[in-house]
Amino acid sequence: MTASDGQDELEAQFAQWRHYVLRRRELQQSDAEELEDHLRGSVDELVAVGLRADEAFLVAVKRMGSLDDLSREFAREHSERLWKQLVLTGDTDSTVADTRSRRDLFAMVICTAGAVASFKVPELFGISLNRDSAFYGRNFALFALPWLAAFLAWRRRARPALVGVLVAMFALGAVAANAYPLADDSQSAVLTAIHLPIALWFVVGLAYVADDLRSSRRRMDFIRFTGEWLVYFVLIALGGGVLIAFTYGTFEAIGVDPERFISLWLLPCGAVGAVVVAGWLVEAKQSVVENIAPVLTRLFTPLFTAVLLGFLVAFAVTNAGIDIGRDALILFNLLLVVVLGLLLYSISARDPLAPLGLFDKLQFALVVSALAIDALVLLEITGRITEYGTTPNKTAALGENVILLANLAWSGWLMLGLVRRHKTFAALERWQTGYLPVYAAWAWLVVLVLPPLFSYR
Amino acid sequence: MRVAKDLVAASATPMVLGILAEGDSYGYAILRRINGLSGGELDWTEGLLYPLLHRLERLGYVESSWQSVAGERRRKYYRITNTGLAELAEQRRQWDTVVDALKEIWLGPGDFRPFIAIALEGQA
Repeated sequence: MTASDGQDELEAQFAQWRHYVLRRRELQQSDAEELEDHLRGSVDELVAVGLRADEAFLVAVKRMGSLDDLSREFAREHSERLWKQLVLTGDTDSTVADTRSRRDLFAMVICTAGAVASFKVPELFGISLNRDSAFYGRNFALFALPWLAAFLAWRRRARPALVGVLVAMFALGAVAANAYPLADDSQSAVLTAIHLPIALWFVVGLAYVADDLRSSRRRMDFIRFTGEWLVYFVLIALGGGVLIAFTYGTFEAIGVDPERFISLWLLPCGAVGAVVVAGWLVEAKQSVVENIAPVLTRLFTPLFTAVLLGFLVAFAVTNAGIDIGRDALILFNLLLVVVLGLLLYSISARDPLAPLGLFDKLQFALVVSALAIDALVLLEITGRITEYGTTPNKTAALGENVILLANLAWSGWLMLGLVRRHKTFAALERWQTGYLPVYAAWAWLVVLVLPPLFSYR
Repeated sequence: MRVAKDLVAASATPMVLGILAEGDSYGYAILRRINGLSGGELDWTEGLLYPLLHRLERLGYVESSWQSVAGERRRKYYRITNTGLAELAEQRRQWDTVVDALKEIWLGPGDFRPFIAIALEGQA
């Protein structure tokens, strides 16, 4: 073996050692460098007394002791490293990741500023938030979501064709919200205000899966993104609430009325800005922080299952029938949405190859009980519709109920297969991700087709 | 004979500060120096030295800088600060007190030196 061979081998060993060290959360790049310098000093000395390079390396590593002990000692001094910090200030260690996260931060600031600015543009044309609240109610999503989509598309370097599609979809949404002659208090206007954000959220989803539109894995990522985004948005909203309370209290105390500022600037601009910021946070933190949505799912699946089963038992015992009031259908729709959410987010966090556990059975019970309840509700409601005729509200609610029911019914069937061990978990995952376009299609249908169908009632 | 772990830990700070007071140094050299000073009897590990150096840096007793040595290698040098010198003086005062007291007991005036000699002989 020549000297340069030995040297190359030694470098390879050092590289491997560095790799092991850097896998420890307690040890950072600078620590690794410092320890490597130490190791090299040790190796040099051993080589000087006559050992071969590879022998010297082994002895030096052995002398340093186990990495476990080493990182435990480091953890005692640097306990903060066990708490992953959000890279807001930049990771001083790695320059590549640093420039990337800084560029992300920059793009996020631009998109947030854009969202806030676009929210204020209509005011230049004399549309103000207090007088034309219906306009803002219908268009709210149009101020924020295009900017979030822009941020995601930029991050994924979306192809021009896809960018064109995104722009066209948002334009279509804007037309649907504003071109129809909808009275402010009509049912159709309210339906548009509710369904346009959902429809546009799926356009954001299109930007999210820009790199691979058909991939089931990417769609699952989008579901995860949606859950985490919601969690961050709610957290930001809580913080914003505290900010507003203090703004109000302190200015009030010195006799300045901040209400106009809060209702016209702070609250709406903060809300549209938070949409983009929450999206950026999810992107920045996805590998840093444990996802929250699956944790919440784990907590609430048993509780919801207990409540639903309790409801069924109470229903059977009292035998009173369900009172389908005005809001009942919406309530049960939301119940299905929650059950579906619990299902989705535990799917999103589940290792596809993990064996069947108690939790899967619990989830099966949850789905079945939700299906049973919804079947009872649907029975009631169809009777009513045939009796009194239909309205836009009833049509939309019924359609959603049917869509969710179909999803849950087939999910239940797949889960039964899973429980009886002749279906794989992947089938359930594929079913859920494949179903996403159905929700999008229905939301667009409600926004675009329903108003003219019911002559803008 | 190896020095007990607790004693090593207790004497670590004044030892490192003392070595740095002689001049700037880096981890490996500090460890070698301690080894040389104690004839290999002080059992210092990297897990003791580096976190200690980082702690002293956090407390402001030492400051560090990266310097290039021998090609592409970078080495982290430590330098003692004025606060560090003050801390060293304080620790030295305390250690002197302890050492003096121990000396007083073991080597003080009186006639027990033979006892120690006997005890040592007995051990040997």
